[in-house]
Amino acid sequence: MTMDAKDRTIIEATQAGLPLVPRPFVVLAQTLELSEDEVIDRLAQLKKKGIIRRVGAAPNHYRLGMTANGMTVWDVDDTIVDHIGEQIGALPFVTHCYRRPRALPEWRFNLFAMVHGQDRDEVMAKRQEIANLLGETCAANDILFSTRILKKTGMRLRRKDA
Amino acid sequence: MTHDLTELDRKLINRLQDDLPLVPEPFADLSREFGISQDELVDRIKALRDTGVLTRFGPFFDAEALGGAFCLCAMEVPPQRFEEVLTKVNAFPEVAHNYERDHRLNMWFVLATERPTGISATALAIEKSTGLKVLLFPKEREFFIGFRVTA
Repeated sequence: MTMDAKDRTIIEATQAGLPLVPRPFVVLAQTLELSEDEVIDRLAQLKKKGIIRRVGAAPNHYRLGMTANGMTVWDVDDTIVDHIGEQIGALPFVTHCYRRPRALPEWRFNLFAMVHGQDRDEVMAKRQEIANLLGETCAANDILFSTRILKKTGMRLRRKDA
Repeated sequence: MTHDLTELDRKLINRLQDDLPLVPEPFADLSREFGISQDELVDRIKALRDTGVLTRFGPFFDAEALGGAFCLCAMEVPPQRFEEVLTKVNAFPEVAHNYERDHRLNMWFVLATERPTGISATALAIEKSTGLKVLLFPKEREFFIGFRVTA
């Protein structure tokens, strides 16, 4: 990983967000005692390396009326789970789809597909669409609706001096 | 609630899920596109953030590219202990997101750590702090998605 101390101070200074002004990197440069060009150049390098995925906003689904959020979970045969995962992940209403290890005996599901909707009925209908697609290749499934966001801060680096 | 969003707000929310350029005036293109000044534009974004429609505005970092790791975790928290356990779990800065879900496993959170070894270390620390078992569900494979919410 190629990141130096200055990159780190830039990450620490921006992980909670960018200053909302027309020239945010000037503000950042003053705080960090760097030039605006250097801040932009370093951010661009971090992006090139994939450390920054994008610069933009994360909307709150709930405030946009997407109040139902169901984590659908599926117990799919290990030999075909990747093939099935590609199909599920491509569905327009599936927002995230992952293969994860089972935690037996407490948890038998190995495919996770997140479904958002205006209400629970809509999410349940989408769950049924997934079930139809899977047919007998899936031994069991469940859905876990979120009832409350308890925290949503994103990644935070601990300060070096902490 | 969505009724207080203007048409401009909706367009803005959709566009802000794209990538803004890393240039001295990153809002310049959007300002031209929407026909408002950059000052008006950033004020609009500020208002959307302050009212919680946008949870954050800025760079999104990839913990894995930083040499770190993510892991989804779940706990079965006795209902009468929920708030107490929540306070303890959320006190860990490694807990990036946390959701209550209606299931026997009722607390689901994502750990984001600077080193891969930080995941098990943090999970152990959470078990020690709460006295409850933490189940780890690391991502083995992601099936790609270009996720965006349409406002």
